[in-house]
This record gives sequence, structure tokens and C-alpha cells, in this order.
Amino acid sequence: MPPAPTSAPVSGPSPGQTPGQSPAGASRLAQLVQQIGPLLGLVLLCIAGTVLNPDFATTDNILNVLTRTAFIGIIAVGMTFVIISGGIDLSVGSMAALIAGSMILLMNTISGSLGSPYLVVGIGIAFALLLGALFGLAHGLLITKGRIEPFIVTLGTLGIFRAYLTYFANGGAITLDNAVSDIYSPVYYGSVLGLPIPIWVLLLMAVAGGVVLNRTRYGRYVQAIGSNEQVARYAAVEVDRIKILTYVVLGLCVGVATVLYVPRLGSASPTTGLLWELEAIASVIVGGTALKGGEGKIAGTVIGAILLSVISNILNLTSIISVYLNAAVQGVVIIIVAFLQRSRR
Amino acid sequence: MKSIVRKLLVSCAVVASTAAFAQADKVVMGVSIPAATHGWAGGVVYWANRTQGELEKQYPGIKVVVKTAGSAAEQANQIQDLQTVNKINTLVILPFESAPLTQPVAQIKNKGVFITVVDRGLTDTSAQNAYVAGDNPGFGKVAAEYMAKALGGKGDLVILRGIPTVIDNQRVDAFNEVIKANPGMKVLDAKHGNWNRDDAFKVMQDYLTRFKKIDAVWASDDDMAVGVQKAIEQAKRSDVKLVIGGAGAKGYIKKVMDGDPIVTADVTYSPSMIADAMKLTADSRVKGTAMPATTIIPSLLITKENAAKYYFPDSPF
Repeated sequence: MPPAPTSAPVSGPSPGQTPGQSPAGASRLAQLVQQIGPLLGLVLLCIAGTVLNPDFATTDNILNVLTRTAFIGIIAVGMTFVIISGGIDLSVGSMAALIAGSMILLMNTISGSLGSPYLVVGIGIAFALLLGALFGLAHGLLITKGRIEPFIVTLGTLGIFRAYLTYFANGGAITLDNAVSDIYSPVYYGSVLGLPIPIWVLLLMAVAGGVVLNRTRYGRYVQAIGSNEQVARYAAVEVDRIKILTYVVLGLCVGVATVLYVPRLGSASPTTGLLWELEAIASVIVGGTALKGGEGKIAGTVIGAILLSVISNILNLTSIISVYLNAAVQGVVIIIVAFLQRSRR
Repeated sequence: MKSIVRKLLVSCAVVASTAAFAQADKVVMGVSIPAATHGWAGGVVYWANRTQGELEKQYPGIKVVVKTAGSAAEQANQIQDLQTVNKINTLVILPFESAPLTQPVAQIKNKGVFITVVDRGLTDTSAQNAYVAGDNPGFGKVAAEYMAKALGGKGDLVILRGIPTVIDNQRVDAFNEVIKANPGMKVLDAKHGNWNRDDAFKVMQDYLTRFKKIDAVWASDDDMAVGVQKAIEQAKRSDVKLVIGGAGAKGYIKKVMDGDPIVTADVTYSPSMIADAMKLTADSRVKGTAMPATTIIPSLLITKENAAKYYFPDSPF
């Protein structure tokens, strides 16, 4: 039985400072800001949004923003595991695009021979999840057994996945047949108890992710490997197996995100999922996970993802600055939030 | 070692130039276009390949080589290879970007290759023999005029712009000019949807949140129009009477043909302009006639009446 790794996310007082000394109060405040930094940023942003345009605070707008955050949010939950374990996955956007395209092609092909469109959608969804898991497995094997840096493996598959989608689409768009599309579209547009389905899925994935990360042996091992892989290995943790599993989990998350994405526009094109990898990684890091691995929070990741889509939503709801500067505003906000929750060295 | 390499290179170059000279009467056309990274570019690839076969059938003896490039740098290397390896004497190029390709194209032209530039003009026009392009100001003008007519000269509109580029500016400026002439019409806002369905969906959702009454949307692109329509559908808004895209994608044209209540017209900016450029160039090279320095392919209005003429179900775009 390997010893449980130290619980890294819980931050104690900084070294060289005994509690009770006078700077401790200030340090505790700094700690608090650091803990809730992303949330604080989000709250401030929401206040700014409401002041700039009262429509920001309407239920419809908030649901719109949360629904569109779902894809990136779900992928970012999986990405949190990979980053905490010390890895990275640059291919998620291309992977989502290829899964979306393959899934639509499959559903279009079988919809002729299968009577029930519900069955067609069911098979499509199962296929998407399977494909995601398989892609993740391939990444994991190449990284652990093939001993190639995750950055290189996933940079390679980033190109491969998108190239194959473009090839299947012949450069155009792959569009879902109308009959299937009508049955499938409630998965994105439908609501349960007043909340759109993608928001429910994001919530479920986030809660499940949080429980797995903090309450299971697997979650502890992921953190241990990210903190110090050698020590984890000496402690008899099956490092390779755990690492492969994190990429499979991420692949599954990409599959889930794609299952929600496809019914939105009913099509996949070479621009599908463009730069999702950067948004997902940014959500994880803005949410307080260390890029070097070892520690992180799922809740922070979800807040990070919401924060990113709120920024562009506010920019769309106002026209106080030139549209050419949108990306600059996003950059500034990301850096400020990262500053608020920066970790002590 | 170095000198051997140099000698080899020199002798290769000599062989290449004599070979090119020997075949001077035979037209070898290189076609260099961006890879199919989005719908419109996919259409360009489709039309270039389709026209390659047509030209080789029409003019026996002509040879056409089609190459696609994923970036401006790759395209610059590619046209060098076309000249040295494929020994082209005619080049039809749709440059990835204007500035970085001006020098490489000029070098090829200095070696005696006839250059036709398509869609995006070079920064130094002396590097090209002929220029074939779509009508970008016309693209905005035709859309605005149709919109003004359809709305009876009054209404509130929103614009979705493409990726910030010269092309996009020309289109939007021309559109705004027409709208200004109609005092009853007002542009509420213009934001970038980046010629992309997903971005357009988000921008349109936010427009619908922000503006309680929108009479018409200039999506300025058929792909963006897809996202726009989905957002309107989701918000269940009935105030939007008109959505106009642009380019001539088959899915969009089909809607116009079938009499969609909101999508009633399109403006052409067809990727088939590469086909026009290839045909004009081949004709002038084979017959030895001069090619006009500039050929502008007009942006035309597509409505239900003439839509069938612009519907190409085999094209990926």
C-alpha cells in the first residue's frame, strides 16, 4: 500500500512565517484572495457587465453564456487531470472536430438502413465517446510506453486529426441529415427543470471530476505523479497506467463535449473546435491549477471557463471599444485574474 | 564539398533553363492555391481540379499542375518547386497573403513565367501579368441594395463581419455607404464572426439579447448565415425578416431555391473565380493573344428566380 501523497491543494502558511506574528493577518488576506481569485474576478466582471448593459444580467443571457461554456468547460475538466499529472494535450480542439465529423458521417450512413432515428442518435453518441476514449488511449500509450513528450505527441495529433476532418469534409462542411438532426437537436437546445441540458452535463462532469480528484485513490495518485513522478514511482504507484488513464479521461470528456456540440449547428467543418485547446488550457490555469502539475482545483477550472466566455459576451453586448481590440481585453483580464491567484514561490 | 554542391546546382539550373526553353511552345500551367482549410477555400480546390481536366481536354498539349499550400511560406517554396521541377511557364496563383508572396512571385516572373494573380492582389503589381478578382465593394453594395429594397428603405440591422482583412473592410465600407443613403435604415452594430459558424452563432445570440428589434442581418458569408439562423431559431424571435449571407454555398443556395421565408437572396463571390482565371489564362497563352491586365468578376444577386444556375451539388462548398 503506497503512502498517500501530501494533499498539495491545501495551502498552509508560507515558510519562514510562524502563525501569530503580525504579518500573518495580511498573509491570510492574501491567501484568501489567492484561493478565491478566479471567483473574485468573475464576480467583478459580472458587475462590470451589468453596469455596461443591464441585459447582461437577464436569465436568458446567463443561460446562453453557460450553455456555450459547456464544451470548453467539460474539456477543461478532463484537461485539469492531465495538467495536474504533469502532462498537456494540445489536440483537443482538432480531436473534437474529427469526432464531430466522424460521428455525423456515421449517423448519416446508418440513418438509411436503421428505422429508428433515436437508435441512430444513440449509436452516434456511443461512437463519439468510444472514439474519444480511443484517441486518449493512443495519446497515453505514445506518451508513456513510447516515451515521447506529451507536447510533441499531441502537437502531432493536432495536425493529424484536423487534416483528416478536412479530408473527410473535402474542405467543406459535413452536415447532419435533417431527420436525425431534428431528433438530436434537443440535446443542445432542450432544458430540464429550466436549465439547458449542456449546463447539467457540465455540472455533473465537474462534480464527478472533483470527487474523483480529491476523494479517490486515483485522484491522489494523479496529484502525486504531478508533484514528483520519481517519488510516486518509488512509492509503487503504477505511474504509466495512471497517466494513460488521465488521457483516456480527457478523450472521453472531448467525446462528451462533441456529443453536445454536434446538435447545435448539426455540422462539422474545418473551423470546428479551432483554438479550443488554448481556451481549455487557459481555463485550467486561470482557475488556479499549476501548469507544472501537482495541484489544482476542478471548481477553479469551471470558473475559469465561465470567465473566458463572459469576457467575450460582455464585449458583444457593448460597443465601447473597437472590435479590433477584443482579443486585447481578453488578454488583460486573463493576466489580471492569474495575478490575483498567483501561487507563492 | 561545398564547391561540388555549387557546381551541381549550377548545372541543374542550366539543364532546367534549357529544358524550359526547349518547351517554350508548350503551355505548362502551375496552379497554386491555399489548402482547403475552410468552406470557400475547399470550393477553390474543387474548381481548380475540375478545370484542370476541362482544360487538358480542350487544349491538347497543355499541362496543368494543381498544388495546394497550408501557409504563405509553404506556398512560396511551392511555386519555386513548380518552376524548377515542373518547369512551368505559366502560373495561376491565389496567394495566401499578398505581402509575403510578392517577392517570390516576382522572382518567378523574372525567369520568364507568365503570372496570373487571383483574388488577392500582390503589393507590387509589376510582379503580375494579369489579375483576376472578385468584386469586394460590389459584394457589400449588392447586398445592401437588396436589403434596402426588401425592407422598403427602413429598418434596424446588424452586421457580422469576417476576419479583419482588407477584403472585409472593402465589403463593409461599400455596404455602409448604401445604407447611409437610406436615412430610414440604421446599423445597430458590426462585430467579427470570423467567417465561422460557431463564432457567428455566439455573436448573433448576443445581438438578440442586446437588441429587442432587429429587422435584418447581413451575415456577409454563407457559413456565418448558418450560425445566425440557428441563433434566431433558438431565441424564437420573429422580428428578423431577412438574413443575407454571401459567396454562394450550395446549402445556402438550396434554401433560396426552395423559397425559405428569411433567406431569400445571396450575393456571389464564387470560388469558381479560380476556374475563370485558369480558362482566361490558358486561352490567351495557347492562342498567343493578350490577356486583359485586370478582370473583375462581378458580385451578382442570387434570388429564387436564378438560384438554380448557381447550384452545384457536387461542390464541397
